[in-house]
Amino acid sequence: MSQASSTLRSYAFRSEREPHWLELEELVERVSKKGVSVLSASELARLPVLYRSALSSLSVARSISLDKNLVEYLESLCARSYLCVYGNKRHLREALSSFFVISLPRAVRELKWPLLISAGCMLLGLITAYLLVSQDSDFFYTFVPNEYAGGRTPAASTEFLRSALYDNDHDASHLSEFAGFLFSHNARIGMMAFALGFVFGIPVIYLMFTNGLTLGAFLALYGDRDLGLELWAWLLPHGVTELFAVILCGAGGLALANALVFPGRHRRLQNLAIGGRVAGTAVLGAVIMLFIAGLIEGVFRQTVTSVPWRWAVVAATSTFWLYYFVWVGRGGQHE
Amino acid sequence: MNSPLSLGREKASKLRRPLLTPEGVKLNLELAHRGDRAGAFAVDSAIIGLALVLMSLLGSLIWSDPDAGYARTVMQLFFFLLLNFYFMLFELKWSGVTPGKRVFGMRVIDRGGGQLTADAIVVRNFMRQVEVFIPLSVILAPEMLWPGATGWAKAVAILWALGCMLLPLFNKDHLRIGDLVAGTTVVLSPKTVLMPDLEATRQVRGSYNIGGMTPAQQEASPATNKKGYIFAAEHLSHYGVYELQVLEDFLRKDEEIGRYEAVETISGKIQRKIGWKPPAGHKVNHSRFLQDFYSAQRALLEEKMLFGKKREDKFSPKQ
Repeated sequence: MSQASSTLRSYAFRSEREPHWLELEELVERVSKKGVSVLSASELARLPVLYRSALSSLSVARSISLDKNLVEYLESLCARSYLCVYGNKRHLREALSSFFVISLPRAVRELKWPLLISAGCMLLGLITAYLLVSQDSDFFYTFVPNEYAGGRTPAASTEFLRSALYDNDHDASHLSEFAGFLFSHNARIGMMAFALGFVFGIPVIYLMFTNGLTLGAFLALYGDRDLGLELWAWLLPHGVTELFAVILCGAGGLALANALVFPGRHRRLQNLAIGGRVAGTAVLGAVIMLFIAGLIEGVFRQTVTSVPWRWAVVAATSTFWLYYFVWVGRGGQHE
Repeated sequence: MNSPLSLGREKASKLRRPLLTPEGVKLNLELAHRGDRAGAFAVDSAIIGLALVLMSLLGSLIWSDPDAGYARTVMQLFFFLLLNFYFMLFELKWSGVTPGKRVFGMRVIDRGGGQLTADAIVVRNFMRQVEVFIPLSVILAPEMLWPGATGWAKAVAILWALGCMLLPLFNKDHLRIGDLVAGTTVVLSPKTVLMPDLEATRQVRGSYNIGGMTPAQQEASPATNKKGYIFAAEHLSHYGVYELQVLEDFLRKDEEIGRYEAVETISGKIQRKIGWKPPAGHKVNHSRFLQDFYSAQRALLEEKMLFGKKREDKFSPKQ
């Protein structure tokens, strides 16, 4: 038996398939250097075919060949072409439209419960601070850091408080700067709120609650001077968008914590990955919302002081977001 | 796999992770080393830092008054985007590779073997907030984040921040928080060169003249035939797959120094172990002996493997 001279089966197998492997290797090499666009249409059509045939070669080689270099080569060739074929290579426009039309509103709807909890925490903070400050205005200093208040404290005159709402002595360049600052500041806080979900969500709840406290303290202060409605008109044009985005970031963090603490039917890590991606999509949406809110706050609010107009923007933004998150992307194809 | 040798082999494959492609074929990919990942991060951070400095210089050149509102706005947005979206944009555009990862030959993949999706990339990079930005501010400027913190609270916060930062050191898959949350991992971009089949080199070797015999003598000799040395079944029953592949590695190495002595030693060892004797008066060509032995041994083991009998190594029971 074992006549060395008889051609090895694995050797025959290799000489038969080798040209295809080399062809695939050459394609993959070019794609990994310069991207898929360097391939012609026929080469592009050939890539998955060659990839599958290389996979089948690998399966065969594993069961019939003891040539280590060959099996390792095929494994690495398959892995490289796998990365080529399954790498993230969607067209940007397509990816964007699917993000805005399908993934984002769907992710937000999936976060229904975390959203309610996150909003609840904020509301709780708001009510607490409102009640306490209404009873004893000294509590205001506990809830609102000095540098944040900017003089708007119980000690300030009603006139000063009113002027803060209608102050429009900014020139245009200051406005864009202000908007840019607001956006990057808020977006950072939002992303942080999401990422803190990884430490079981307790900092997230704390952040939401303290946010509510600050808001409630201001409401109580302005309400005390009969400026409540005007404060809302000042706050809500951007606030609808901004508060929703902040609550959404918090919800993302809570969803993350939830996936970590209660893994449900999957293993913990797997569940974290599933929950994390949904929450992350929502948070990316929130960052975009914060950008819009920054524009409204930095430019619109500082230039338009007419109260009816402010309410009109409130109505428009809240209708839009409500429609967008409740109705857009329902049905349609599931990915 | 319970021989002493298999322990060493398991150690070598400690960084290999199986990955099931959607076609159902298992591939083995090698995890990126921690040091390489840190290096890639350092390279990317350096690029970000450089871009920030360049942009500031450029800004002061373009705008006569760099403190003007619009200039500061542009700068602020640029800084924000660069700090928070650099990794994300590169990984989206280059499918899981950033310049730093490219330098070290690594890339991000989906841990489950599926397509690396945009949301996974977004999430794994959002988590840098708890991995880099928060720990850095906790360690460098704890007063900013939490004014009036007591000493022990600071210590706890720093420990916690370090834990988040250094998570890849504490798990065997080298995952950072972003990888955990997004279900991704970072692997080395695989690269193996296909070498010619040893069987092919053996078959094309020019002369059949073995050990100074005439072709007639060769033909007549019991130990050789026209194509070289031949082996009986009992000669081939000593080694398993592992030894075969060690021999393959040796034959593929093309270093010259000490080659001849090594060939002679190994050939002699094998001959003693398998009880093979050259015909009387025949001087063995050791290099050819090894090639022929490799071929014959491989043929036999592959044939047995086809029938489902894979002999792992020389410690496995004979079949």
